[in-house]
Amino acid sequence: MSLSSRTNEKLAFTFIGLSMLTVVASVLIILYFIISNGYTALSWEFLTSMPRSRMTEGGIFPAIVGTVLLIVFSMLASLPMGVLAAIYLNEYSKPGRFKWAIEMAINNLAGTPSVVFGLFGLALFVRYFGFGSSVIAASLTLGILVLPVIVRASQEALLSVPMEYRHASLALGVSRWETVRKIVLPTALPGIVTGSILSIGRVAGETAPILFTGAAYFIPQLPSSIFDRFMALPYHLYVLATDGVDIEGTRHIQYGTALVLLLVVLGVNTIAILIRRHYRRKLRLG
Amino acid sequence: MRMSFKRWHKEKMIESTLFAVATATVLILILIFLFLFRDGLGLFDTYSFSTFITGQAWHPTSYNPQYGLVPLFLGSLLVTFGAICISVPLGITSAIYISEIADPRVSEVLKPFVEILAGIPSVVYGFFGLVVLAPYIQLWLDLPTGQVALTGSIMLSIMALPTIISIAEDAISSIPSSLKEGSLAMGATRWQTIYKVVLPASLSGISAAVILGIGRAIGETMTVMMVTGNAAVIPGMPEGIIESVRTMTATIALEMGEVSMGSEHYHALFAVGSVLFLTTFILNLIADRIKNRYKFKLEGS
Amino acid sequence: MVNGLFQGRDIGIKVSDLNLWYSTNHALKQISIDVPKNQVTSLIGPSGCGKSTFIRCLNRMNDLIRSCRVEGDVVVDGTNIYDPDIDVVELRKKVGMVFQKPNPFPMSIAENITYGPKIHGIKNKNELNRIVEESLKSSALWDEVSDRLDKSALDLSGGQQQRLCIARTLAVNPEIILFDEPCSALDPISTAKIEELIMNLKKDYTIVIVTHNMQQAARISDYTAYFLHGKIMEYGDTEQIFENPRVKSTEDYITGRFG
Repeated sequence: MSLSSRTNEKLAFTFIGLSMLTVVASVLIILYFIISNGYTALSWEFLTSMPRSRMTEGGIFPAIVGTVLLIVFSMLASLPMGVLAAIYLNEYSKPGRFKWAIEMAINNLAGTPSVVFGLFGLALFVRYFGFGSSVIAASLTLGILVLPVIVRASQEALLSVPMEYRHASLALGVSRWETVRKIVLPTALPGIVTGSILSIGRVAGETAPILFTGAAYFIPQLPSSIFDRFMALPYHLYVLATDGVDIEGTRHIQYGTALVLLLVVLGVNTIAILIRRHYRRKLRLG
Repeated sequence: MRMSFKRWHKEKMIESTLFAVATATVLILILIFLFLFRDGLGLFDTYSFSTFITGQAWHPTSYNPQYGLVPLFLGSLLVTFGAICISVPLGITSAIYISEIADPRVSEVLKPFVEILAGIPSVVYGFFGLVVLAPYIQLWLDLPTGQVALTGSIMLSIMALPTIISIAEDAISSIPSSLKEGSLAMGATRWQTIYKVVLPASLSGISAAVILGIGRAIGETMTVMMVTGNAAVIPGMPEGIIESVRTMTATIALEMGEVSMGSEHYHALFAVGSVLFLTTFILNLIADRIKNRYKFKLEGS
Repeated sequence: MVNGLFQGRDIGIKVSDLNLWYSTNHALKQISIDVPKNQVTSLIGPSGCGKSTFIRCLNRMNDLIRSCRVEGDVVVDGTNIYDPDIDVVELRKKVGMVFQKPNPFPMSIAENITYGPKIHGIKNKNELNRIVEESLKSSALWDEVSDRLDKSALDLSGGQQQRLCIARTLAVNPEIILFDEPCSALDPISTAKIEELIMNLKKDYTIVIVTHNMQQAARISDYTAYFLHGKIMEYGDTEQIFENPRVKSTEDYITGRFG
């Protein structure tokens, strides 16, 4: 082997290794800044009290409540729909134009910018359906945004259920739907749960779709119905960092909010990944 | 063994329900089209289409409002271009590292990093760019402000990385090992094998990754809005990269909160949204085509 | 077909002029065969000869393959199972199947057995318990697992799993059981147990088995059909097929594999 091809390889691998290092470093740097500056702001009081003095003091309680509401209602809307669509695609549909159309639609929904979902939510839910800026309008908007995530995760989970289970069940004289309900779905459940949890992370972190569908700069009380406006963690961070009363003076609150948001999203993602790993290992053993 | 009508009925009902739900996803896409374009086209009742497309100025609140798309479109293009210049080489080399070079155990550790990147909310990226990166950029380049296109590009490039890495990695790992072994058996080094065999064979998958990365970057809102300064002027080339710019997404997000519903300005923002939607729609279709083609190629034999 | 082959026996399955295509590939050609009741009939032949495809026609498992098209009659209990108004679900209750690879559900042993009966409407606990015990006894598994019925079926050995799959099929109370190379994934001891089981089952069930193992066919079956290129080359009494084949290709196959 010639010396130069060895040297070339070394050079190339070094360069590739360096670029991988850059990627890892950028993750660590971002996490470092948010965590090291944010953790001093964290306290029980910060999490459970209302903002005070025009949001220059106090906590982020209403933003946390708002984000939880968004998660609950968007999941109620999109989880059943996403799972059922995935069941249709995997267990019933035949390859062809129609299946292609659905999958193309889902791919495109996945690639549509979040601000476009915001516009859509504004036009359809806020104005056309007359929900106004509200928890329900924002939740439905976010529900549509995460629909592709749920459909794809559920499809993948259904796909991982061995064909033999379906055959065995059908051969016992069990109908198609009963086979899906009693064998396929229970086996695919961990994967579906993982996908839904990941989509919870998305819902918690998205800002653009709720800008015009219900997120409020500040409201002194918690929403009392689904037709009220609400505060939410990501929008709260945006407001404090760009449009607050004392932007420089409230950096610690901003970092604290960013850290809480990050903990929610990454915490949720970690749970999802752990569940997936647990069940993958279990399936492999079986 | 004759068909029981009750069960046949039930099974058919269930299948139809599932069918209806699946169809609803297509319906949603069509609804997005409809509502976006309906409100977008409303602009052209009072404003000329060609002025919108070719207009050089975006002055929605001046006495004689102007809704020129060009500065916003170029703003998006510039920031996206910058981001892609950074994230494509980084992303593809990282994908190569993860799937071809690193020890599998190392890859297992690296993958969660990519997943974390994908999980961080865009507003957190924006916040980081605003309070950490922008001041540095200002200092290093000795600029009047750090909220410039470059800052946006850097943040966007980090955000596009997970998309690019994961899709490129899929493409690279789907190359059959027999192909690689063939090359190695002829005395090629691992790098020569990657460079001459693996990369060309996974080229279409990698192109799909790049296109989806572009789609991700061009559609990103919160981060660019928070770090690019949002000056709605036609960016200079190349000095525009260190000046403030405003993207299509940021314009919509910034101004929609202040317009009165149904006004000309409102429709103009929907028109911008329609352009954005069309752009990503086309990018998605292209990526889909490319991906399908390489799937057939690999499975066809 | 030899007249008088089944003198005095009832016919369990009557197949006439069955043809099957995968897209344009004509995989089964003009198959006609009578399968006697309460006997073991084995289907042999080189791989790709169509024997597995054929057995899957008998409970319409081929319906699952989209490109597959079937013509001809398969009559079970006086009904052509390819009639348009036949309910495949009811058919498969009557014609059970055991697959090549043991495929127990990821549930407990008991749940695997009660799965079918429960869906078919049996709710009474005692009745279900009786079915579990009876099915496991009939499949010669009861003594090995009676103390751990609530444990996962996936923890059983391969041979036990396959017997569980047989028990699961028995629990639905079929008339006919199809075995598609049931021992190909098992060790010789497990295989022997399954073979013994199959011979015991024939007093209550009509059995069709696909096997690539000549000795197995010779040991357990009463009748044997030899498949080649999607056709039945020879069908008859097992003893006659193995000792005195009338068709040259049967002889070649059997001497090649058996002798």
